[in-house]
Parts: sequence; structure tokens; C-alpha cells
Amino acid sequence: MQPFSRGQMAAKLAGDIPEGWFVNLGIGIPTMVADHVPADREVILHSENGVLGMGPAPAADKVDPWLINAGKQPVTLRKGGSYFHHADSFSIIRGGHLDLCVLGAFEVAENGDIANWATSENDTAPAVGGAMDLAAGAKRLWVMMEHTTKDGRPKLVERCGYPLTAPGAVSRIYTNLGIFEVVKGQGFVVREMAPGVSFEELQAKSGAKLHRPA
Amino acid sequence: MINKIVTTMAEAMAGIRDGSTVLIGGFGSVGQPDALIEALIEQGASGLTCVANNAGTGHAGLARLMELGRVRKIICSFPRSAGSTVFEELYRLGKIELEIVPQGTMAERMRAAGAGVPAFYTATSVGTPLARGKEEREFNGRRYVMEHALNADVALVEAWEGDRWGNLAYRASGQNFNAVMATAAELTIAQVSRIRELGEIQPEHVHTPGIFVNRVIHVDRGPDWA
Repeated sequence: MQPFSRGQMAAKLAGDIPEGWFVNLGIGIPTMVADHVPADREVILHSENGVLGMGPAPAADKVDPWLINAGKQPVTLRKGGSYFHHADSFSIIRGGHLDLCVLGAFEVAENGDIANWATSENDTAPAVGGAMDLAAGAKRLWVMMEHTTKDGRPKLVERCGYPLTAPGAVSRIYTNLGIFEVVKGQGFVVREMAPGVSFEELQAKSGAKLHRPA
Repeated sequence: MINKIVTTMAEAMAGIRDGSTVLIGGFGSVGQPDALIEALIEQGASGLTCVANNAGTGHAGLARLMELGRVRKIICSFPRSAGSTVFEELYRLGKIELEIVPQGTMAERMRAAGAGVPAFYTATSVGTPLARGKEEREFNGRRYVMEHALNADVALVEAWEGDRWGNLAYRASGQNFNAVMATAAELTIAQVSRIRELGEIQPEHVHTPGIFVNRVIHVDRGPDWA
């Protein structure tokens, strides 16, 4: 079994983004997608703190202290990019203008529910950030995550056990073991498996029924 | 002659009362009005409700204000971050109240306040614990929760430049919460890196019209931010 590396997951996801899409990449692993968008393809990245047309990290001597991304790392602005305030930035998100948002998750359920912000109802000081806005607002939500938790529990589940970020929002999942579509009325449909992974193995590591593509 | 420019922090902070709701602008270190927060610490108002995206880090700024016991409640989207130990300790001890708000809902609640809209409906948080106890309504087949405007007594913001009418312009990603918060408070105080003559900021480039701003103070952030 050769699970996808994070770079491979990011490359596969990036390859599925068509030219011209407006995309928000969540903090953490999803940020890696930016490095894998083909150079000849124009994909416009949005950042919650008021940036559209975000470029890669600057060289150390070219850092603009006034320009960061949602993860608070220094970034650059591409030609054609723009700045705006938080309410307009979240109008972009909540008004359904983003073609795609990519988030990490603790759990995704077969009905598309996502849980990615709190691991219990009485978490000490839970932190939500913009996750609920993105999950509810973007035209599409894809999740990029490890297939199981560190201790081997499945993250693809029948129903989320953790508090929800948004119901019925996820349409596709990229894990280290495969790529899955979330199909209404059916559940998880396997689109691709990592090299050397069998359907049975994949099913054993998942907490909900997997379907073979039609 | 209208002159909103003040030269001392004592003037900038004058009249902020105990129990005020204070909006604190910025996102991360960008546009965070550090000098105004320090001045608020000096000024002494307590029993504050503070609204900011994060709940402070380290032992300076907002974290310091909380550590001194001056903050009764914090409204934010992401209280937990590297170095948010002061908040976490106070929260664990039950010494500070937390209202957690999705970031977009937080921004929209302040935009609504500034626009005279008392409440609105949003799909954000529907079906989650953060929608609990809130009125829900269906429009065009989708469920929405009602959120209330977030009006404040004071807004502390940072802009790149300002003039004596209170017009403000920001640098790069510096608009963030600042431009929204400036509209939502009775008293908006701006720290700016550059003071401009009237007309020097191109009218088309004014982000926050002076009508939203009450006081402007020059704060030199040094060459790193120039």
C-alpha cells in the first residue's frame, strides 16, 4: 500500500480546479494546494482577511508587514489582485461567490455534514474562525484530510460525532488513501484509490459504506 | 475648523467609561491598533466587553488588558491561538465570559450596526451548536438563523493615513476589521502612521469617510512598517 503523500493529495486536488475559479484554501494542509496549481492555469485565491488574487510567500527580504493571509503568514499579491475589508470579504464567502473552498476536517459524514472546529460540546474555548461561513457559503466544499485519525479511527463516518461546522456541505474528499464523491441519497462514492489500496482495505478503514463508481 | 487630530493618548481615550463595549480592529498583527490598546490600559476603564477576532496573545495589548481584570467579556471568532494563555487561564477559572461568533457573522453584525440594520438572517451556523437558541427561518427553501447587530461604544482602529476630517485609508490587507468597526461605534478612534493635509488622500482612495471617525492620532510604527 502506497498512501498519497500530502504533496500528492494537494497536486491531485489542484489538478481538479479549472481555470478561472475563485478558491479559498483553509489553514493547514489545504494551503499546500496553492503550490500545485499548474503554472499556465489562472486560479484566483481568496483570503478571509480581505485579499483576492493572493500569491505565494515572498522572499525573506521582500516581506510586506501589511500583507498576510488568514493563517497570518506573509504572502504576496498577484497582478490584478485586490484588497477589501472583512465584511466585503465575507460577502464574497457568504454570498456564494467562491467557486470552491478546501478545508481540513475531523469528520465528514455520508450526507456531506462536516465537523472541523470543535472536538466536544464543552471544548475549553472553542475556536471557529471563518470555517462555518466558508462551509455554508462557498459553491463547493472539498475536504482534504488523512483518511483516519492518528489512532486509526475512521474520519469518513455515517453521522458526525463532533459538533457540526455545516450540514450537507461537502461534495468531495481527498485523503491519503483515495478520492471520494459525496453523492446525495447514496453517500461516499470512491473515485480513485491510492496505489496498492484495495476496495476492501479502504472500506475497513472507513466508518460508513463506500460505493463503487457506477 | 474641524480638527479630529489629537496629539496625546489622554485626549484620544477621554470619556471611555467602565462597562463599555470596545471594538478592537486588526487581523493578526496587521492593522492592530497596539498603541491605542496600550493607552486604554493606561486610561483605566474596566468591566469592558471587547470585540476582536482573537483573544490576545502573550502578555501585551489585549492579553494585558484581560490579565489586569479589566475585561468582563470577549466576543471573538478564534480565541485559541499560539500564546493565548492569558485568555485560556481566565476562561478556565470562569473569570471571563466568551461569546464565540463565526468570523463572517461577526463582521456582518458590525456592518449591520453601522448601517442601522438591527438584525439579519444568515445560513452560517445553521445546524451547529452556535445556532442554538437563535430564531430560525426558511427563505426560498433554505434555513437561516437570525443574528443581531453588534453596536459598540468605542472602536479602536488602525489605518495607514488619516486627515483632520477623520478620513482614513489603509495599506494592503490592513482594512480587515478596521473599516467595518469604524462604522459600528459611537466613538471611533484611529491610530495612523501618516497625518495628511485635507485633500492629500485622493477622494477615490478614502476607505473610511471621516463621518465615521471621531479622533485621529499619529503613531509612528517605525521603518519596518513604512
